[in-house]
Amino acid sequence: MNIVACIKRVPMTETQAKVTADGQSLDTSGVEYMTSFYDEIAVEEAVKTKEKLGGEVTVLTIGPSDATKQIRECLAKGSDKGIILTDDAWALRDCRSTAKALAAKVQELGGEVVFAGRQATDRDNASVGPMLATYLGWACVTDVIELELEADKGVAKRESEAGVETYEFSLPAVITCQKDLNEPRYAGLKGIMAAKKKPVEEVPAAEEASQAEVVRVELPPARKEGRVVGEGPDAVEALMTALQTEAKVL
Amino acid sequence: MDAFRQLDYMNLDDEFSEEELMVRDAIRTWVGERFMPTVAEHFEAGTFPTEMTGELGELGVFGPTVPEEYGGAGMNSVSYGLICQELERGDSGLRSFVSVQGSLVMYPILAYGSEAQKREWLPQMASGQAIGCFGLTEPDFGSNPGGMLTTAKRDGDDWILNGRKMWITNGTVSQVAVVWARTEDGVRGFLVREGTKGYSAPEQKHKFSLRASITSELVLEDVRVPESDRLPGAIGLKAPLSCLTQARYGIAWGATGAALACFDEALQYAGERVVFDKPLAGFQLAQKKLADMATDITLAQLAQLRLGRLKDAGKVTPAQVSMFKRNNVHKALEVSRICRDMLGANGISLEYNVGRHMCNLESVITYEGTHDIHTLAIGHELTGIPAYR
Ligand SMILES: Cc1cc2nc3c(=O)[nH]c(=O)nc-3n(C[C@H](O)[C@H](O)[C@H](O)COP(=O)(O)OP(=O)(O)OC[C@H]3O[C@@H](n4cnc5c(N)ncnc54)[C@H](O)[C@@H]3O)c2cc1C
Repeated sequence: MNIVACIKRVPMTETQAKVTADGQSLDTSGVEYMTSFYDEIAVEEAVKTKEKLGGEVTVLTIGPSDATKQIRECLAKGSDKGIILTDDAWALRDCRSTAKALAAKVQELGGEVVFAGRQATDRDNASVGPMLATYLGWACVTDVIELELEADKGVAKRESEAGVETYEFSLPAVITCQKDLNEPRYAGLKGIMAAKKKPVEEVPAAEEASQAEVVRVELPPARKEGRVVGEGPDAVEALMTALQTEAKVL
Repeated sequence: MDAFRQLDYMNLDDEFSEEELMVRDAIRTWVGERFMPTVAEHFEAGTFPTEMTGELGELGVFGPTVPEEYGGAGMNSVSYGLICQELERGDSGLRSFVSVQGSLVMYPILAYGSEAQKREWLPQMASGQAIGCFGLTEPDFGSNPGGMLTTAKRDGDDWILNGRKMWITNGTVSQVAVVWARTEDGVRGFLVREGTKGYSAPEQKHKFSLRASITSELVLEDVRVPESDRLPGAIGLKAPLSCLTQARYGIAWGATGAALACFDEALQYAGERVVFDKPLAGFQLAQKKLADMATDITLAQLAQLRLGRLKDAGKVTPAQVSMFKRNNVHKALEVSRICRDMLGANGISLEYNVGRHMCNLESVITYEGTHDIHTLAIGHELTGIPAYR
């Protein structure tokens, strides 16, 4: 099967976000990067699919050239080749223009199934996956927590507000991956050595103007300091009052 | 406490290749996610997490520099150093396990073993299916292994081994022991298999250091070893000493890992702990400690990287390795003591890491050549005059 996993390079989870002077984006100086959490699950599912059904896994990203480290990590975990769609202004792309560029490449590659994270952990838009499916005209199941794939169809479970939904779908399809789908493997040293020999290609991303633009970024307001409302049994009453009248959660 | 943040004061990350950084990060992630959650329990119980040996084998940390045809990963020495650093960031016991397996057992089999020995042992040791130990030290001979009393006598096609080894890491859990013994022609190395008649490896208990590591005595009473289990290329004391050079190289990096763990914990703690109405980190005394420690760690990092590049170029000397086994372990031990102190009472709790590292490093400064023995090795190198006796 021709399998594609889409990943995004995002700042490390521990990064303390700082807004740039113009207030339009986050300051990237000194920031270290990693593959977005849900994308790691997408890569794992892609590799598991290859292990079950055969074929090849291509890791695809839009980003700067220095995303090679993240791509190589995916290759060390069993993917076969990497493609970086380069665009200096990739971070300014909206979800639609990102999805469109990815769609063009997936089509060119002849992909049969695409795995993506449910959302990227930096922007949390959760829209590139479904938009990609739309451009491709493919089936799409989002937030998947369980998956059975065969050569031309599949069954996926996803968690929704209403409960667990089971979908049957035909391939080609885009699957966006939720936390419980799998447990990503660790990159072993042999995998890292093998990754050196696997191809990573850089090609310019298809140009596509954005229709949406971030005009302002604000950090969430600092949390107010906590307050001790009382001690011992007295605290219960005080806490109830506070929850009812101040926090208004009861 | 937040996740581990490694001090990199001189931007040394720029000096590593992408592959080396991937190796480091892979081991760091594994240690953080898989090893750290239970290390304190193992330390307290005095056990090594043997259930993790399969996982460690899959990661590839056993003999990573061994060629691929024998099951290794064919990595360079800098990567091996980074592996040791990350493992010892977790615990010196974990790094010791890997040092013994790779540098003290797989290395002599690779360097001095027959083709049949390599084919039999290296792949199963790389995967963690077989564990090995290295028996050099004896009750009466540690710093001076040349005085060893363990003997091997020829008996037809076999050898008969008699003697006792002490302080042998992994002895009790090993399928094979590399035992060094005196023959009529000098010191030779033997592969003694678990279960051989007359051979036993009782565990040495009641340690306050390296508790998450198994240490054993090796008892050899008329142990019969076939000639095919003797390491044919190992002639004289220089053979075991060459293994120690490999292991000491890893220890130089490993100790820095322990120091980095302690430093990060103390730095974070000092930022959060309020004493006399302000964070501990805001006091000059604390800042001096942090500045001194960061400097020592940075110098150790610079030195180990240079050592690694020399080793990869085939140019490193045992005396150079001695200098940084000695320096880096000594500095790590001092750093761990200062950090232990900075955490106050919490510093003696196993809920924090500093106390555990501090206790462990007391072993690390003793084994693989004590601090003072390396002082003499450096002195010997500088003056040309041996002063060991
Ligand atoms: C946890 C642990 C694990 C170990 N694992 C192994 C293992 O796997 N395999 C193995 O073979 N060994 C192992 N060892 C043994 C270790 O290598 C020895 O303990 C070490 O070499 C020191 O020997 P010793 O204990 O006999 O001390 P000694 O040699 O008796 O030294 C005692 C003191 O005298 C000093 N001293 C010795 N000679 C001189 C001199 N000429 N001039 C000045 N001072 C001197 C030393 O520096 C030290 O301070 C381990 C030890 C420990 C603690």
